[in-house]
Amino acid sequence: MSAGETWMAVRDGLLYCIPANCYIDPHEPVGRAIITHGHADHARSGHGEVFATSETIAIMRTRYYTNDNTQETALNYGERFDLGNGVTLWFASAGHILGSAQAVLEFQGERVVAAGDFKRHPDPTCAPFEVVPCDVFITEATFALPVFQHPPLEREVDKLMRSMATLPDRTHIVGVYALGKCQRVMKTLRLAGYKPPFYIHGALKRLTELYESYGQDFGEWELVSDIPRSKKDYFTGKVVLCPPAQINDRWSRRFANPLPTVASGWMQIRARARQKRAEMALVVSDHADWGDLLRTCEETKAKNIWITHGRVEALEYALKQRGINAKSLDLIGMEEEVGE
Amino acid sequence: MKDFSRLLDDLYFTNSNLAKETILSNYLRETPDPDRGWALAAIAGTLSFDLFKRSLTKKLMMERMDPYLFDLSRHYVGELSETVALAWPQSKDAVRLNRLPDLHEVIQEFQQRSKTGIREYLIILLDNMTPAERWALLKLGTRGLRIGMSARTVKRTLANMKDVDIAVIEELWHGLEPPYLDLFEWIDGKAEMPDISQVLTYSPVMLAHPIEDKDFARITADTHQAEWKWDGIRVQVAGLNGEAKIFSRTGDDISHSFSDLKDAVDFEAILDGELLVRTNDKIGSFNDLQQRLGRKKPTKKLMDEYPAHVIAYDILSLNGENLRKFPLSERRKILKFFIEKQDSTRFSLSKLLDFETQEDLAKLREAAAGTKGLIEGVMIKQKSSPYISGRPKHRWYKWKREPFLLDAVLMYAQRGTGKRSSYYSDYTFGLWGPDPKTSEDSLLPIGKAYFGFTDEELKDLDKWVRNHKLARFGPVQEVEKELVFEVAFDSAQISKRHKSGFALRFPRISRIRWDKPAHEADRIDALARIVGT
Ligand SMILES: [Zn+2]
Ligand SMILES: [Zn+2]
Repeated sequence: MSAGETWMAVRDGLLYCIPANCYIDPHEPVGRAIITHGHADHARSGHGEVFATSETIAIMRTRYYTNDNTQETALNYGERFDLGNGVTLWFASAGHILGSAQAVLEFQGERVVAAGDFKRHPDPTCAPFEVVPCDVFITEATFALPVFQHPPLEREVDKLMRSMATLPDRTHIVGVYALGKCQRVMKTLRLAGYKPPFYIHGALKRLTELYESYGQDFGEWELVSDIPRSKKDYFTGKVVLCPPAQINDRWSRRFANPLPTVASGWMQIRARARQKRAEMALVVSDHADWGDLLRTCEETKAKNIWITHGRVEALEYALKQRGINAKSLDLIGMEEEVGE
Repeated sequence: MKDFSRLLDDLYFTNSNLAKETILSNYLRETPDPDRGWALAAIAGTLSFDLFKRSLTKKLMMERMDPYLFDLSRHYVGELSETVALAWPQSKDAVRLNRLPDLHEVIQEFQQRSKTGIREYLIILLDNMTPAERWALLKLGTRGLRIGMSARTVKRTLANMKDVDIAVIEELWHGLEPPYLDLFEWIDGKAEMPDISQVLTYSPVMLAHPIEDKDFARITADTHQAEWKWDGIRVQVAGLNGEAKIFSRTGDDISHSFSDLKDAVDFEAILDGELLVRTNDKIGSFNDLQQRLGRKKPTKKLMDEYPAHVIAYDILSLNGENLRKFPLSERRKILKFFIEKQDSTRFSLSKLLDFETQEDLAKLREAAAGTKGLIEGVMIKQKSSPYISGRPKHRWYKWKREPFLLDAVLMYAQRGTGKRSSYYSDYTFGLWGPDPKTSEDSLLPIGKAYFGFTDEELKDLDKWVRNHKLARFGPVQEVEKELVFEVAFDSAQISKRHKSGFALRFPRISRIRWDKPAHEADRIDALARIVGT
């Protein structure tokens, strides 16, 4: 048996640490769960005991993934915690969203890192990814194909700014996921010099406020629903943010001359962007792209790479070509498009 | 190149046609010559050469990337150019350009270079480009641009820029060439309209509407003329300064296939007519014409055996004079004199058919049905109509004869594409007859159809196929030979490629005969009678 396999396993489709009797990002309610970050395909409700960063626990509370009966253990990045039976847990930042972490598990001199979702591109709304040398690195593969080479975010935001300058009579309606994408896009627009208030859909409000409670500053923003419906032109030339499903929905009819825009890593593929009927596609990804996935796997110096979800075949193949052991874990509940 | 790539992206992602026109006209106004002309050509699909071959793109990629990973990527993206544009790995010692060349520089450079030079240049460009720019280059270079903008929309954009009718652009269009310097000089108001009278070129043809019941009230023998609608190929024969060309109705130059006819052109005129084969004063069947179709360089023997002939319907210009604005009755007079002077084995005049009443027309149409497909029906044309490109309303009508009908048995089914990809919606059917090898009585496939039924019927057919499966050959599902279709088609021809020896033109399912037993379906002899063998 190779490293890690004696004490880490896949049980009923869930990633499990045997001596600690503890699951990582389980898709179903379990007794003890380590949660890497607050996205819905990683954090679920109904666990008895939860280990996560304090930001992730705050996100889970906001989304009602925890309740009064949930036993919460909040850890800072780097803070070591004894899970019992000789297993130590600590969190390293993953650079994915606010509070996102790699779960580092140590047992009998071996170290396994479950990275959850991660990215290497800079993000002003969360701590940068930290490379943790380990024996087994458990990685995602959401964008694991050579066609995924994410452009710098500044270039995509510049595309949006340019479009607003050339088409001042249109309302740019940007579809973003509520957790992470929304705040990253707003912050980057501010850094690029965008001054007017943002107008946001109600579904983005609470998480944006949560980010603010952790010291993030997005400048002025207002809820679209607070502006009277009669003021159709109120939004002209401004940026409106909403969940992706809303850009071409009834909701968007309240704007004069809307320009549906989607910000997502999938937007790199033209046909995908057309499917969403986006008139502008911003390639904004919160996951590692092809190059960064390979680079990261190499940098951890791990002899074994386990792959959780995404384009598993391609990554497995490319790692083996580089002489690194790789295998896919057949986990359930990790779907790419829910895949915030 | 940067602006061009941005233009393509803007057009690609914009949904409304009106907005696309605005984007294109803005670009054409702001971009200098000759870049804007080349961009126009790329979008309108009028570039006459590839800058590089598609296979080169693939080859370069294979040298740079693992084939398995490339396959996975291509499968995921669904398309070669975009896969290469996204996945292109930088060369190790890439040559850095200070700036990306302009569109016309790129085109010029590719045209000047040798085969190895083309390869080197393509690598340099790809190394220096963003994915969007690479996509634009690859689509431009292999003429595979599809950005949801029709040639018609492009012409309308130009017409609106100059504030003229689209017909003006239509007439000019085929006489102009990329990069369209004269066109833009005119649009900018710096020159007269380009003179294409000295260019031997295709002018878009005038087309007819299918006649509807309400239209008959307008038709009288005084105001309209009737002619046969021949089932050959509609052509335009153009002669100028001792040169001649034959164009198909879509503007393809098919002169090389009909050099016998071309050599008979010694006039300065543009004729509209039907190309057929004529031997010994007799118009040959569609089968005879079939011998000449698709032959790029027919032998002399073949041309002697099946000489090309044109039945002239109309004349668009004569000795430099544009006749399009004259009424049909005038053009017809000119045409008659003109044809009398031509070699009668090569050119003849389309006969006018006598009629007084709608019933007379109906009889003519019935007579057409008895010509074994040689005549497709009756054309009814307004005598006062000028020659207008496109399909103007209430000028020309076509009244096609009833289609031929046969009862055939469903043999194979295949899944459709797009919306229909989950349904078995393509059907191959056959008639009873002796197998050419074993001479045993069996079903011989005669054709394939994928329309003629309603969505509801499609669901029933799909279900039927799923319940009657036999063997499977790749995507083709064989079914039990139990279901009868009434198949409609315009004509049939002899075909060596089909086991049955026949091929149908424009077959569609006219009825599903759920009730009819398969052994009562038609036999191959019935089809032979239609073709007339
Ligand atoms: Zn995920
Ligand atoms: Zn995530």
